[in-house]
Amino acid sequence: MNNSQNRSAIHADPNEFFLGVKTFFPLIFAAAPIGLLFGALSAQKGLSPLEVLLMGSFVFAGGSQFLALELWSDPLPWLSIAFSTFLINLRHVLMSVSLAPKLGHWTPLQKYLGFFMLADEVWAMSEQRAMKQQTTFSFYMGAALTLLFTWQISTVAGSLTGAVMGDPSRYGLDFAFTALFICLVMGFWQGRKTGIVLAASGLAAVLTYKFVPGAWYIIAGAIAGVIAAALQYDDKPNGFSSSSEILQS
Amino acid sequence: MSSEIFALDPLVLFTIIAMASGTYLTRIAGLVLTKFVTFSGRTEAALQAVPPAILMSVVAPAALATGAAETAAAAITAIAALRLPMLAAIALGVLSVVFLRMALTAF
Repeated sequence: MNNSQNRSAIHADPNEFFLGVKTFFPLIFAAAPIGLLFGALSAQKGLSPLEVLLMGSFVFAGGSQFLALELWSDPLPWLSIAFSTFLINLRHVLMSVSLAPKLGHWTPLQKYLGFFMLADEVWAMSEQRAMKQQTTFSFYMGAALTLLFTWQISTVAGSLTGAVMGDPSRYGLDFAFTALFICLVMGFWQGRKTGIVLAASGLAAVLTYKFVPGAWYIIAGAIAGVIAAALQYDDKPNGFSSSSEILQS
Repeated sequence: MSSEIFALDPLVLFTIIAMASGTYLTRIAGLVLTKFVTFSGRTEAALQAVPPAILMSVVAPAALATGAAETAAAAITAIAALRLPMLAAIALGVLSVVFLRMALTAF
């Protein structure tokens, strides 16, 4: 996909493109095992390797893909999955608001094609680059395509091998979902205020989960956390940098 | 076998398109919004809480309402996540849950 964009990026500035690839390279080792795990778990849920490839290519957001698997059941609750995906990916609104003014000389077409691949890690690397100079389209595509290919290859590989792995709870791998999400949560840790947001969300989510059928517990917990954050607001300016630090680890 | 590899359920495809469309909207929102609005103050603070609040809501039932082994392993993972790289923290969490499940079954 985006072949013409890729070519024009290389044509525009090959050095910037390869710098993007090189900068992103270490993150392959963090993303690939998670992709393998995603593929293996989606095989457990009955997704075919083609379906895994399509989801990875078009949704291209690990957290929401794991969330979708968590909700995946028969009959497929597509509306809950789509709505939960949208909610969990609302963070991209903040990410793109933050990155948009830091782009150097992108055409509108480049912006709307490039931001299709605005995954957490791509965003984090672009923000880091923007601390030194404006992020070029070539640099961005170098990082984004590296992650896209890593994600496609690792999730499909996991999907193909996962079917023969058997019951994941045998190795405690059923808990890997939970552990991954705990790590993502802790990535947003900024101290006591975060603790209060998490306590409000956790409590509302568990209570809703126990007493209300369906995936409403996610929405209930999200609303409780957002209210807790709004109530705690004081005029102290808050940094948006901490999330980028974690996402790099 | 190849038919299984290339199996594509129409409802699954539809779900993927629905997920992708919503995700794309969130990703280009900043391109559109920064033309018109500047977020500040309480609204920004509330918006910044959206990601951890959602992630917490997703994980809370599995972490806190499944069993003692899972709750303890979740606490270990959370502390490890603040100090270790993500993959190491996940590995430690998975090992903890295996060990704690065996330990709690034994007694």
